[in-house]
This record gives sequence, C-alpha cells and structure tokens, in this order.
Amino acid sequence: MTQATIESLAHDARKPLPGWAAHIAAPVVGGLIGLGIGVFLIVIAGADPLAAYAVMFQGAFGGARQIQETILKTAPLLIMGLGLSVAFRARVWNIGGEGQYYMGALVGGAIGLAFPGWPSPLLIPAMLVGGAAGGLLWALIAGLMKVRRGVSEIISTLMLNYIAILFVQYMARGPLQEPGGYLPESAQLVAAARLPTFFGTRIHLGVLIALVLIPLVFALIWSTPLGFRLRAVGERASVARYAGIQVERMILFALAFSGALAGLAGIIEVSTLHTRLKGEISGGYGFSGILVALLGRMHPLGVTVAALFFAALTIGAQSMHVVYGLPDALANAIQAIVVLSVLAVDALAHRR
Amino acid sequence: MDWSLILNWGFLIALATAGITLAVPVLLAALGEIVTERAGVLNLGLDGVMVAGGVAGFMAAFYLQNGPLAGISQWLGLAVGVLAGMLMGLILAVLTITLRADQVVAGVTLVVLGHGVGNYLYRQNIGTLTARTNGLPPLALPGLNRIPVLGEILFNKDGTVYLTAFLVFLVWFLLFRTTWGLKIRAVGENPAASDTSGINVNLTRYAATLIGTALAGLGGAVLTVVQLRMFREGIMGGRGWIALALVIFARWRPGLALAGALMFGLADAIQYRVQALSQIERGVGTIPYEFLLMLPYILTILVLLYRAGRGDAPEALGRPYVKGSD
Amino acid sequence: MHGIVKRFPGVIANAGVDFDLLPGEVHALLGENGAGKTTLMNVLYGLYRPDAGEIWLRGRRVAFSSPREAIGQGLGMVHQHFMLVKPFTVAENIVLGQRSPREPLAHDMRQTHRYLRSLSGQYGLAIDPAAPVWTLSVGEQQRVEILKALYRGAEVLILDEPTAVLTPQEVDDLLAILRRLAGEGKAIVFISHKLGEVLGVSDRITVLRDGKVVETLPAQAADEHGLARRMVGREVLLRVSKGPAQPGEVRLAVQNLSAVNDRGLPALRGVSLEVRTGEILGIAGVAGNGQTELEEVITGLRRATSGTVTICGHTATNRSPTAIGALGLAHIPSDRYAMGMLRYFTIAENLVLQRVGQAPFTQRGWLRKDIIRQEAQRLTAAFDVRTPSVENPARTLSGGNAQKMILARELARQPKVLLAAQPTRGLDVSAIEYVHRTLIAQRDSGVAILLISTELDEILALSDRIAVMYEGQIVGVMDGPGADIHQIGLMMAGSKRSSL
Repeated sequence: MTQATIESLAHDARKPLPGWAAHIAAPVVGGLIGLGIGVFLIVIAGADPLAAYAVMFQGAFGGARQIQETILKTAPLLIMGLGLSVAFRARVWNIGGEGQYYMGALVGGAIGLAFPGWPSPLLIPAMLVGGAAGGLLWALIAGLMKVRRGVSEIISTLMLNYIAILFVQYMARGPLQEPGGYLPESAQLVAAARLPTFFGTRIHLGVLIALVLIPLVFALIWSTPLGFRLRAVGERASVARYAGIQVERMILFALAFSGALAGLAGIIEVSTLHTRLKGEISGGYGFSGILVALLGRMHPLGVTVAALFFAALTIGAQSMHVVYGLPDALANAIQAIVVLSVLAVDALAHRR
Repeated sequence: MDWSLILNWGFLIALATAGITLAVPVLLAALGEIVTERAGVLNLGLDGVMVAGGVAGFMAAFYLQNGPLAGISQWLGLAVGVLAGMLMGLILAVLTITLRADQVVAGVTLVVLGHGVGNYLYRQNIGTLTARTNGLPPLALPGLNRIPVLGEILFNKDGTVYLTAFLVFLVWFLLFRTTWGLKIRAVGENPAASDTSGINVNLTRYAATLIGTALAGLGGAVLTVVQLRMFREGIMGGRGWIALALVIFARWRPGLALAGALMFGLADAIQYRVQALSQIERGVGTIPYEFLLMLPYILTILVLLYRAGRGDAPEALGRPYVKGSD
Repeated sequence: MHGIVKRFPGVIANAGVDFDLLPGEVHALLGENGAGKTTLMNVLYGLYRPDAGEIWLRGRRVAFSSPREAIGQGLGMVHQHFMLVKPFTVAENIVLGQRSPREPLAHDMRQTHRYLRSLSGQYGLAIDPAAPVWTLSVGEQQRVEILKALYRGAEVLILDEPTAVLTPQEVDDLLAILRRLAGEGKAIVFISHKLGEVLGVSDRITVLRDGKVVETLPAQAADEHGLARRMVGREVLLRVSKGPAQPGEVRLAVQNLSAVNDRGLPALRGVSLEVRTGEILGIAGVAGNGQTELEEVITGLRRATSGTVTICGHTATNRSPTAIGALGLAHIPSDRYAMGMLRYFTIAENLVLQRVGQAPFTQRGWLRKDIIRQEAQRLTAAFDVRTPSVENPARTLSGGNAQKMILARELARQPKVLLAAQPTRGLDVSAIEYVHRTLIAQRDSGVAILLISTELDEILALSDRIAVMYEGQIVGVMDGPGADIHQIGLMMAGSKRSSL
C-alpha cells in the first residue's frame, strides 16, 4: 500500500459523519447533557426538576411578553458572541468582553449624558459609535501589550475587566453622578438617547443591529481576504507569517473587532434597559458571550442559536427563581456544563 | 492625605502583618499551578477552582461549627475545600489529558462552572450574606514571637500561614529533589521522551493537576473560612487569575512565587489600609477607593509587562500528549 | 516476532511481519518511508500494541504494554528524534523514569556521574554526565541515547535511522561503536533506508515494503541494486539524470549576512554566496548549523543583524515576505507543516496562500471562490497532486502530494529565484524523484535555485555547485560534479576549510 492510499484511508475512517451533521450533533448532545446535570442540581435543591424545567420554558417562551424578554436578552449575547467568534477564529483569546462592554457603556453613555439637547438621529449614532470605540480602545490596550511585549491576552484582558468595572463604578459615583442625587448612579438618559423601538413592543434598534451583524460577520469570516488571513493566523501563525500575513496586525484587528462589538452591546443595554450609568450594568455578559461563541462553534449561525439558548436559560431561570425560589445562578452553571459537555463530546468524536 | 498617618512604625508593622496573611490564598494557588504547569498542563480555570474550594470549604465549616466537630470545623472546612478543588481538577484532567480538549477553552469554561455552581449552591443552601465562620485564632510561636518587630509580623499568625510557608518548601522539594519532581518536569518538557523512558505521561499529568487544584482549592478555602470568614459572589476577586500571572512572574519557581505573592499581599494590604484611612480622613485629598481596589490588577499587568516575552515556560505547556507523535 | 499485524485507522502498517534477532549481530531493517519499520520496532518496544502476532524474547512469549516493561526486559531504543529532555543534564536524562536507590529522593548525582563516566569509558562513548543536553552536539546527544539504553541494562538495542543527522565521519564512529557493542554480545537492530551503511555494518538484512517482509538475507549476499529493487518494488535510478548547468547572471546574492537564533545567540556569521540563473547551488551541512536561519533571513522571516540579501539586483534585506516574494523569490520551506501549509484549510485555499488578496482571487474586496477553485484545479492537474477534490482539507494529502501542492503553489508564482529547503524530507522514492526532476527542469528553464538539504546524497545528486555550512559560516565551496564526499564530510564536521 502506498503512502497516499494509507493516508486517504486514514482520513476516511476518521470521518464517520458528514461535516455539518457532526458540527451540530455535539452541541445538541452537549446541551442535553448540560440540562441533564441541571436536573441533578435542581433535585439536590429539593425541587421537582421536570416541573422546574417546565417553568423555565414557560418563562422563556410561554407568551409574547416572555418571548420578547428572551429576544431582548439574546441581542447583547449575540453581538458579543459574534465579535468573539472572529477573535477566537484567529485564536486570540479575548476574555475581556466584560470590561470592553463596560467601557463601551461608559463612553456611549457619557455622550448621551453630555449632549441631551441633540436630536435623536444625531445623538444615537454618536452614542453607538462612541460605545464601539470605547470597547475597541479598551481591547486594544491588551492588543498592544500582546504585540509589543508578548503579554498573554488571556490574563491582561481579564485584569482589564476589573479595572474597567471599578472605573465605571467610580465615574457613576463621582464625576457622572446625577447632580443632587444620592445613589451611585448617573442621571437618566433623555428620551432622545434611547434606542427607538418597533411595533409598539420593547424590541429595539439593538436587536436589529444584532440581526444585521450575523450576515456581516459571516461574510467577514468566509468571503473576504481579511477573514482568510484571520483564520490562517488562528490555524497556524507560523504558516501565516510565511505566507506574508502580518500576524501582529491580525491580532490587533481581532481584539479591536471583538472589543468594538462588546462595547456596542454595552451602550445598547445602557440605552435601552438601564437608561443610566451605574456600577452593575452587565449581568455577566462577558463570560456568557465567550461561552456563546464557543458553543456556537464560532460560526455566526451557531452563535445565533447559542445566544438564543443562553438567553432563554437566563430568562427561564428568573421565572424558576420566582416560582421555586431556586437561585438563578443555575443558568450560569448549566451554561458552563453545556459547553464542557460539548468539549467532551467533540473530543471523544475526534479521538482515534 | 496626611502621610504621617501612614509613615509610622505601628502602621507599617500592621501593613506587613496583613500583607503576609493576604498573600496566602494567591500563593497557594500559584504553588499549585506551578506543579500543574511544570507537568505541561495549563489550568486557566484556576479562579473557578478557587471559588469551588472557597464555597465548599465555607459551607462545610459553617455547618460543622455548631456540631460535635465544632472544634476542628475550620480545618475540616479547609479539607473539604481541598477536595472540591480536586474535583474541579479531575474534570479538567479528564477533558484535557484523557480527551485532549483545548486547554484554553476548557480552562475558561471551568471558571464559569466554578462561579456558577458555587453561587448556586451557596444561595440555595445558605443564602444569607451574614453567615460567618469562626475563623482561626492566631497561633503565636513561643519564643519566636518575642523577637521585636519580626515576631509580631511573622510569628503571630494563624496556622494556615505557617502551613503555607511549609508548603512552599515542600513544593520546591517535590519538584527539585525527588524522582517524582524529575518525572513531573520531564513530562512538561518532553512528554515523548518521558514516555519512552518508562514514565506514564498521563498519570503524571493527572497527579500534577490534582495536586495543583488541591492547593488552589485550599487557597480559596483559606480566604473564605479563615480570612474573610464569609462567602459572597465575586469574593475571589480574580485571585486565580492573579495567581496565573504570578506563576509567569515566578518563572515556575516556588521561591519566586513566594516573593511575588508577598508583593501582592502588600498591595492588597495597602489598599485596605489606605481605604480605611481615607474614610476617616475625608476631605484631606482622598483617593477614590475604586482606584485603590484597582491596585492588584494594575500590579498584575505591570508584572506581566515586566516578565513578558522571556522564556522559561515548560516546553510542552498547554499541549496534550498523543502517543507516537512528536 | 511472528506475524505481527498493526493497524491504524484505515491503514495496515504491519501486515504479518516475521522478524528475528540473534545476540551479537547487527540486523538491519531496510525500507522506504512508510514501509512499517518504525511501527514494527515501536510494537516491539511496547509503544504500540500489535493487533495480531506474537513476540518471543529469550524463549518466552512477551507482550509489553509500555516501554517501561520493555526496558525491564533488556530492550533499549534510540529514536530517530532523540528522546531527551533538553534542559536536563545528561545524567538526569539517563536516570529519568528509573527507581532511585533512595526513593522518593532523587538519585545522588555525584555518585551517578561517577558511574556514568566508567560506563561511557567501557564502550568508548565519551560524554560529560553533568552537561545539560541542550549544549551537546547532535552526535553527542546520540551517544547519550545509547548510554541511556546501556545504563538500563539493554541487551537488545534498536536504532531508528541513527545516521540521518550525522556527518559522514560521525557515521563512521557510530558504526564502529555498533560493531563493538555487537562484539560484546548485544543484539542490534539498525533501521535505515541508506543502502551503503546497511551493507557496511550489518550481519543480516530484512527488507520491508508496504508493511510486509520482502526478504531476510545475509549481508554478504546483498548488493545495492538488488536491495534497492526489493525496497521499492521496481528498478530505480539511484540518481536523476541531468545535463550540465548553463549559469547566467547572478539572481540571488547574499553578502556577509549575520543573524541570531531564537535564543539570541549568533546563528549566521558572515555568510556570503551567489546563485546564478540556470544553476543549483546546494548548501550541505549537519542540521543546526544555521541553515534554518539562512532560509528564514532570505525569505524575510527573520531579521538580519548585518549584511545584505539582493534578489535580481534589488535589495531584499529585512523586507517583508510579501515584498521579497514580489522581487521574484519562491520558497519551499523546510518545515512543511509549521510553515508551508495550513492543514485544515482546503487544498484550493492553500494553493493561493500568498496570492489570495490579489486579483483575480479577490475582486472589489470579496474572495472569488470560483476563480480560486479553477486555479487550484489547474495546478493540481499540472503538478499531479492526487486528490478527489480541491475542496478537501490539505491534511488529507499524503506527504508526497502535500509537497507537490507546495511546489505547485510556489512555481505558479513564476519565480526568478527558488529557495528549496529540505524539499524531499520524509517523502517516498517516487515523490523524491518527482521533486528532483522538477527542480532540474526549473533550473534548465533559467531559475536560480538555492537548495538547502541535510541529505548529502540529495546535495550531490542535484547541485551544480556545493557550499558547506558549519556553525553559521560557509566553510567551503566546490563544483558539484565530481565533488569529494570525504572532503565535504570533513568540512561539515568543521575540521577543514577551503578558501572561497
């Protein structure tokens, strides 16, 4: 047998399923395992798991209002997950989404607070651009440290999370505090600084932005030379360098892009949900966004499904909390277990 | 700010004393991670492991302190923290060593798992934020504690501080003076060579991962059971991540990890003390406490900038071992 | 060993192999890359479990499930890629995995050093037990490997392609050591695909092809052509024919080039050379004497600390790989997987790796996948890259086809200068022939070719002129046809210089 036939046979044997099926199978199995372990966590809390899950499902999809809540929760997760997918494809591990989200919220929110007199068509784009810029610049700090000094972006982006959150807390309590107010919060954003909503629902421009980003990110990854280069850097930086790709520039782009999207998510949430700057404006989107990108296999469609799933888990867990008194931290636990299960299923499938 | 409030003996001694204590949790985690990484396994989930140790340890100590085992409830709590850490280590080991999943992805997800499950279990079972453990009383070392200044700073500590000091020595001894240590380091540098020398690579990596997460779990439990005597969300304050940075700073050496951890402990202590003073001395040019709280994180970034780009990392760090490939 | 069968997913690496070994003999295992030699020995050594077959050792049936057990039964293996922990000392490497007399404490190093000195003296393996392994030369590292096996009481010693990395003189030393060990009653398996060495050192020769034994015969009864035919399964030309070179103007000029390696130590120390259109300049040398750094500096992947590189009259020193490529340089990289190809990208994507951002492959900012596919189909056909589809990931290609893909991509750029580094590493004979023919055809069409290879046979077969590299310097240049292999060997070992 020649080397050629040996290797082609070896390849066939390693591919029992068509690519797309294998790609979908693992997350589905992982999701089921995650919910299964969730059963265990609910049981040890003394509740009936099936009933609890039913409440969860009701809470997330049980009616127009619930579905609307779930969609609103999906938007920021989706935007962050899409940005991180691009970064992770280049194997740039930006885990500072939380900090970039806060800085985006701060810059965008400050613009909204500073120019209350501007008309909405001017103010809102300025806030969105400012939000994206805030996240982008914050992520670039880690990017420059990586490119110039070889500092691992994993730890630096994470440290920058804490710094960003503390900084926003300070700004909300100090310089941006509502004049005459007692709470550590800024004044409320004027009506012109709130993203417009559609059809008399609370579905807002941010949801539309998230939807538009899905095909854009898809095109970026698969249909542009930039996406080609990002993927090449992610697969093997030494080959990319050989091929004349400027690896450092790609790393900076990956951080900037994911940071900008995280910042965008931040200002969207502040403009629509919180309507003011304060110390707690995220609810852990930073890490959930990472898991969304991973569970969605860094593919825009997968990320969309994963974001919807995680949003439903979070909204559903709130109902479960109200009905059964189960802590809604269960949602985070299940999310992590799902991703770990997918990792395990994937690894098992690829093991020879 | 009135600097004379800071630059006096009593204050500096208090600062050094607090700094040493505050260094303990992060030092334990860093020591553990040194063992793990020396074997070639990167545990980015360290922060989640510490939370798991912290919540399990706290809950165990809290429930036991009203029972027949009240006298040793703190120590039992610490032991439970160790076990919880090892359970997290087992998850990581199965995923990354046996199944060869990506170590970065597995580690980051482990952090979310630790925080998610930890918070869930705490809120489900205790819920209140006023629950406290009894903590450990200081254990003055007779004789030594009478040395002026040093006695107070070094030899009037709770038992976990002495234990940690001993563990620094023990980890060094394990890594550099025993055949186990030689195996651990060999597996981290060149797993294929270790395999052909008759070393069970995966078994060694399992052991190193479990030792590492046991220490990280202990670190988390020391923080919640002994030092803060409480648990709440976010209580670890990223100490696991700081420990990861410390390992790089320490060039994978236990002695240097001790030095680095003391630096962080001092930064932490300064932050607490100045914050306390600022509140007393309002209006004397106070530093916003948020900036003080940033201190450890800024210090971590500075440390990384200082150490970055220089080698010394175990050659096979982060790479799973596949038999027959090199 | 009787009827050994070892399957990998979709592959039968050993299909019922019989092999026997006597004390005091050197038994060569001869075969091409992929014939199953290394797999067979890994089965014997306990690294793999056989799917069928029996192993008998000194009259007892054995089945090793790990190298540890094999070592315990007196087996020792010197792998092709040395199995040494670089930061450890020689002595630490040798005792690694062995029980210490004062377990769990590590070995007493002073005592171990003493013992190792006496052991190395006994077999003529000069080595300092206290030296860190990374400071040793390749030949010395190999001696550490042999010493390691002997320390563990090896009676059976398996050497996998032990001469691939050595200078001709070091090869002679090694073969002498092997004869001496055999003389002391050790049984030695010598894995190789080099006919001359096999004939020179062995008592018996077993030829493997496609996982099966072709024949086991005494060395006295064998000759090079017969062995080559058995090994490949057909008549082979031991050398590709080529006409004399017709060199023209200088296309690539390197002047006084210096650079440092990844550790920051000097790796190139004033290298100067010229390659003309229509000639192949071969750079001979033992691996690790600056060849990789030279390759990287010329192609823009490593900074030169001083000196110049000129391509077709334009300065190329410290410019980007893209700019250097635009000057007319194509590059077949020495490390196919770390530099040359993206294994999870499609073959089509790999074939336009450098050109993907240019027209016609990108138009108005968008990739034109149809045009990329057409180009890929054209190139795979022209260069005989065998694949069911250009949309398959590149990792599905065999080594030979992967190298053809790289060749196709680089030559599609219509280079004026071609830098070919280790162009046939790990390939089987037919792929080697293909690559050699292609290089000569390129030369004849006027391309200036710089060939860097640690395979001396390849240098001798292809080069019109030969330069020898030693410790970051060119220590001699001579004409290719009629070059004296002994003289080249001495230069490769650094013991002789000729004036430039």
